[in-house]
Amino acid sequence: MKPFTYQKVKNASEAFQTINGSPQFIAGGTNLVDLMKKHVAMPDVLLDISGFVSKEIKSTSAGIQLGAMLSNTALTTNAEVLLKYPLISAAVLAGASPQIRNMASVGGNLLQRTRCPYFYDTSTPCNKRTPQSGCSAKEGANRMSAILGYSEDCVAVHPSDLCVALAALDAKVNVKLKSGKDSVIDFKDFHKLPENTPAKDNNLPEGALITSVYVPANSFFTNYSYLKIRDRSSYAFALISVAAALKLDGNIIKDVRLASGGVAHKPWRWAKAEEFLKGKPANDASFTQAAEIVIDGLKPLSENAFKVPMLKGAIQTALQNCLQTR
Amino acid sequence: MAENHLNYSRRFFLKSSVAFTGLAMIPGSVKAFYVDKVQLKQSLSIKVSINKKMYNTFIDSRMTLLDLVREKLHLTGSKKGCDHGQCGACTVHIDGERALSCLTLAAMVPGREVTTIEGLADGDKLHPMQQAFIECDGFQCGYCTPGQIMSAVACVKEGRTGSVEEIKEFMSGNLCRCGAYNGIVESIQKVAAR
Repeated sequence: MKPFTYQKVKNASEAFQTINGSPQFIAGGTNLVDLMKKHVAMPDVLLDISGFVSKEIKSTSAGIQLGAMLSNTALTTNAEVLLKYPLISAAVLAGASPQIRNMASVGGNLLQRTRCPYFYDTSTPCNKRTPQSGCSAKEGANRMSAILGYSEDCVAVHPSDLCVALAALDAKVNVKLKSGKDSVIDFKDFHKLPENTPAKDNNLPEGALITSVYVPANSFFTNYSYLKIRDRSSYAFALISVAAALKLDGNIIKDVRLASGGVAHKPWRWAKAEEFLKGKPANDASFTQAAEIVIDGLKPLSENAFKVPMLKGAIQTALQNCLQTR
Repeated sequence: MAENHLNYSRRFFLKSSVAFTGLAMIPGSVKAFYVDKVQLKQSLSIKVSINKKMYNTFIDSRMTLLDLVREKLHLTGSKKGCDHGQCGACTVHIDGERALSCLTLAAMVPGREVTTIEGLADGDKLHPMQQAFIECDGFQCGYCTPGQIMSAVACVKEGRTGSVEEIKEFMSGNLCRCGAYNGIVESIQKVAAR
């Protein structure tokens, strides 16, 4: 690691005042400490925010507020989350290991960096790590990379499982800006596509601090499914993941949510397929057609064409699984 | 004018050649690394509670909890496998919950209670999980074992022992290259059944 100054801060204003420029906050550290060991992240000053950022879960009839410092494990054991937002728990349980879930925070989960191997290998070009150096994955080992929404500059995918569920459930991200003002970012606008600025993963304003994540109340707690396909049965990043949830009236789909991880630089909502499914009967034929819509126009890279049929099957299976929960 | 060109002495030529060659031999990555101002190491005075014993010590801000217990406090039970949070050999308990000491900065530990494998036994009396690992052949080479046992104790405490599949899922953060998984699962079942 490059030497840095460590400081524990007591509140947001102290964090913002402490240094000029962009402070590097540390919460759970599961991703950041690793990045620092590999010289991918080299902050001069590390501000420990774990002491003051909220670990509370506030549930009302309108929705649930998840403190940014909550551990990922808390999302899998909290009774309110399990009862009303079980898709979140299912997604979190599909990711990482129990040790990492104990340490990793909700806010940090949103901000975790890609697991593209070139991003971690400082001997290779990577536009995300070193802007303008080139993308090694575009024509290299890209079986884990994106199949849509990528650019000439970057083909990385966002690694989070939690974020796929949050995208599906129309979450909002509450942040505190450097000016001290509070602000809200819709989850769909939080992460961004790489375009020609892949060094930035998201639209969080510089120096801003995530304080909590809000999920509006919904009726997706009966028929839901989180399906994750990976190289081993547990403790691996997704090749493809699908968060699916149905609101049924008899056999008719009243409302639906469909999102995926492992496909793009941000958690991806399948808006066209959702639109198609509304009003259709919840059966194999509808699910197959929805899956066809999802895979229409995908542009796999040299080594990840397998993701297309895999995604198709995953969408069908996840939607089928929705009919079996609870 | 021609004489001016010869103003450089032989000594200057030799010195500058040596300096130039020397610089050229440093790999580019090293030079790039020190281009901006070199940050000085930060030494912190910390007070940490490990296995219910308080330690006052000085650490570099970069030190992980794993390096603190192993290198400074000589509690070498916790093992360094990958040092990147992928193998679980460094698993300890922080405030009663399992965590990876290799991804925990020691500077962030004050105020929290750490338990390592050394803190599990009651004097000479082994923890039931340690005993079970011996009885069920829960290890072969033993390198991953301290991490496995710390994780196993937490797995039972978390109540994630309903089936073999559940145990395997909740022990997935601890790798065993010898492949002693069956014995590990058996050990956990044995302790959970009590």
